[in-house]
Amino acid sequence: MSIHGVSRRTLLKAGAAGLASTALPLGAIRSAQAADVIVGAVYVGPRDDFGWNQAHAVAMEILKGVDNVEVIEEENVPETDAVSKSMESMINLDGANLILATSFGYYNPFVIDLAKKYPDVQFRHAAPLWNAETDPKNAGSYFCYLNQAHYVDGVAAGLSTKTNKIGFVAAKPIPTVLSNINSVLLGARTVNPEATVQVIFTGEWSMPVREAEAANALADAGCDVLTCHVDGPKVVIETAEARGVKSCGHNASQAPLAPNGFITGAEYKWETIYTMYADLLAAGEELPNFVAGGYHNDMVRNTPYGAGATPEAVKAADAAIEALKAEEPIYVGPLKDNKGNVVIDKTYDNYDPFLDGMNYLLEGVSGSIT
Amino acid sequence: MNDGILATILISMLGGAIRVSTPFMFVALGETLTEKSGRINLGLEGNLVLGAMTAYAVSYHTGNPWLGVIAAGFAGVFLGSMHGIICSLPKVNDIAVGIAMMSFGTGIAFFFGKPYIQPSAPRLESLPLGNWSESSSLRQALDINPLFFVGIVVAIAMWWALANSRWGLIVRMTGDSEPAARAMGVQPHQVRIAATAAGGFLAGVGGAFLSLSYPGSWNEGLSSGQGLMAVALVIFARWNPLRCIIAALLFGAAGAIGPALQSVGISQGYYFFNAAPYILTLFIMIASARSSSSAREAPGELSITK
Repeated sequence: MSIHGVSRRTLLKAGAAGLASTALPLGAIRSAQAADVIVGAVYVGPRDDFGWNQAHAVAMEILKGVDNVEVIEEENVPETDAVSKSMESMINLDGANLILATSFGYYNPFVIDLAKKYPDVQFRHAAPLWNAETDPKNAGSYFCYLNQAHYVDGVAAGLSTKTNKIGFVAAKPIPTVLSNINSVLLGARTVNPEATVQVIFTGEWSMPVREAEAANALADAGCDVLTCHVDGPKVVIETAEARGVKSCGHNASQAPLAPNGFITGAEYKWETIYTMYADLLAAGEELPNFVAGGYHNDMVRNTPYGAGATPEAVKAADAAIEALKAEEPIYVGPLKDNKGNVVIDKTYDNYDPFLDGMNYLLEGVSGSIT
Repeated sequence: MNDGILATILISMLGGAIRVSTPFMFVALGETLTEKSGRINLGLEGNLVLGAMTAYAVSYHTGNPWLGVIAAGFAGVFLGSMHGIICSLPKVNDIAVGIAMMSFGTGIAFFFGKPYIQPSAPRLESLPLGNWSESSSLRQALDINPLFFVGIVVAIAMWWALANSRWGLIVRMTGDSEPAARAMGVQPHQVRIAATAAGGFLAGVGGAFLSLSYPGSWNEGLSSGQGLMAVALVIFARWNPLRCIIAALLFGAAGAIGPALQSVGISQGYYFFNAAPYILTLFIMIASARSSSSAREAPGELSITK
C-alpha cells in the first residue's frame, strides 16, 4: 500500500510541476487540469439520513456551486482502516488538497497518521480534538455550538407547549448532548417560567424502535412538544407527528416529516466553514487549525418555522436569535442542577471552555445521567 | 399520584407489548415452522431487514402498503428457499449457512435500500380500538395494527395445523425422524425447503411491520437485532406457536419498561431497565429449559439436539 502511495504521489508532483504528458496516470492529469481546489469529504453514514451526515452533505452541495472548487464525497465509511483508504484514494487518485473527515472516530489515529504522511494536504476534522502541541500543523478541527440553536428551539417550544412539558429523546449523556438539553430548558424558561424538560436516554446513537417507544412514553407522560438528540431524528419527529404533538428538529431539516406539528429545528451551518476553507485555499492562504462558532459567526441556524410555530413563538425565537448573534449568554448563573447543587457559579460566555465539561442536568430537567 | 404513575407504566407496557411484539411474533412463528421440519435458520434477521426494505420500496412506488407486505413476504421466500436449497446439499451445516444468509440479506437490503431512506412511503393504517376511552395514552396503546391480528391468526392456524392436519404431521415427522419420513415416502429435503421458505415468508412480513407500521420508516439501523432475538424466543416458546405469541408480548412489554420508567421520572439506572427484555428472556429460558419436558418438545432432527 505505502509503496503505491509514494509512487502515485511522486507522479502527482511531477504533474503539478508541468511535466504532464500522455504517459501520466489519470489522477495526475485530472488534478492538473481541473479545479484549483479539490475537497474530499468522508461520511460515516448515509448522506441522506435526516441527521448528522445530511447536514454535512447539504453544505458540500453548496460548496459544489463555488467556482473552481471540485467536491468528492464518500459515504458509509466506517471508523476503521477503511477511512484511511478512502482518504488516500481521494488524495492520490483525485488530487484532493483538503480532506474533511466528518465523524468523531476518524481523527485518532487515521487523520493524524495521514496528515503526517501527506504534509502538503490539509486535513480538517469535525470535532474539537486537534491539539496544537502534539498534532500535525496541516490537520485541524472545526466545530459548531449547536446548543445555541437548541436554545432557540426551547424559546419557541416554551411558547408552544400547553402542558409546560417538553420531551427530549437523547442518545447518551455526554457533554454535547447535555448542553443541548439544558439549552432547551433555559430557552423555554426565558419565555415560560413554568416550563420543564423531560429526558429519556435511549443509550444508543441509533435504535429506532426504542426511540419510537421513548417518544410515545413522553407523549403518554403529557409532553406536548418533542425534540431529540439522536443520530437520525426521523423516527422521533414522525412519531410526534403521528401522536399529534409538536416537534423541534436536530442536525438537519426534518420539516417535511411533520407538516402539522413542526416548530423549528437546530441545524448546523457547515457551509460557512467549508466555503471559508475553499476561499482560503484558492487564495493560497493558510487554513486556520481550529474553527469554532455559533450564531455570532453564522455557523448554526434554525430550520424555517413550520406549521406548529405560533406567531408569538416565531417572534420570541427571532428575538432570541438576534440576542445570540450579539453574543448574549445562555448560561446566566448561578444555576443549580436537578439534585440541588450549584453547578454554574456565574454567568459564562457561550464559548467558555468551562461549559464543554458539562456533566449535569439543570434544575427543571427531569431525568438522570446515570 | 402513585396510582397515576403505576397506570402510566402499565399502559405503556400494554402499548409496548402490542406495538413492539409483532415483528418478534412473525419471525418466531417462521422459525418455529422451520425448526419443526428439522432445520435451524439463523438468517431470519436478514429476512427481516430485506423484508422491511422491500415493503417500504414497494409501498413507496405503488402507494399501497399491503402490496408492500406481500412483496416483503416474497423477499423472505427468496432468502428462505435459498437457505433451504443450500442446506439440502450434502455436508452443509444449517447454522453456518444461516449466519451467511443473515449477512447476505442485510447486505442486499442496504444496497438496494439506499434510495428509500429519504422518501416517505404510505404506512399501514392502524385500527383505532381505543376510541371508547377518555385517556389519550390508552387510546394510543389500543391503536393496533392489523398485522398484529394477522400474526395471532397465523399462530392459531399453525398450532392447529401442526397438530391436526396431514401437512402438519408430515412437517413434524420430518423434524422428528428422517428415517420415519423416508419410510412414509416423504422427501425430507423437499419438506424442509418448503418449511424454510414459508418461515422466510413470515419473517419478511415481520420486517414489513417494522418499516410500514412501527417505528415506520426505512433506514439501515432499523432492526437492531430483532430477528436474532426472535430465534431465541422460539426455544423459550418451546416450538409452540401459541407460546410464541406470549413470548413476543412479554418481550415487547419488557422493552417498554425502560422508556416508561424514565417518562414518569424514575430515571436512575436506565441502562439496566433498557436491558430488561434480555434479562427477562435469560431468566425464563433458564427456568423453562430446566424442565425435563422441554427436551422432549425439541424436534429430534435439529442439528443442535442430535
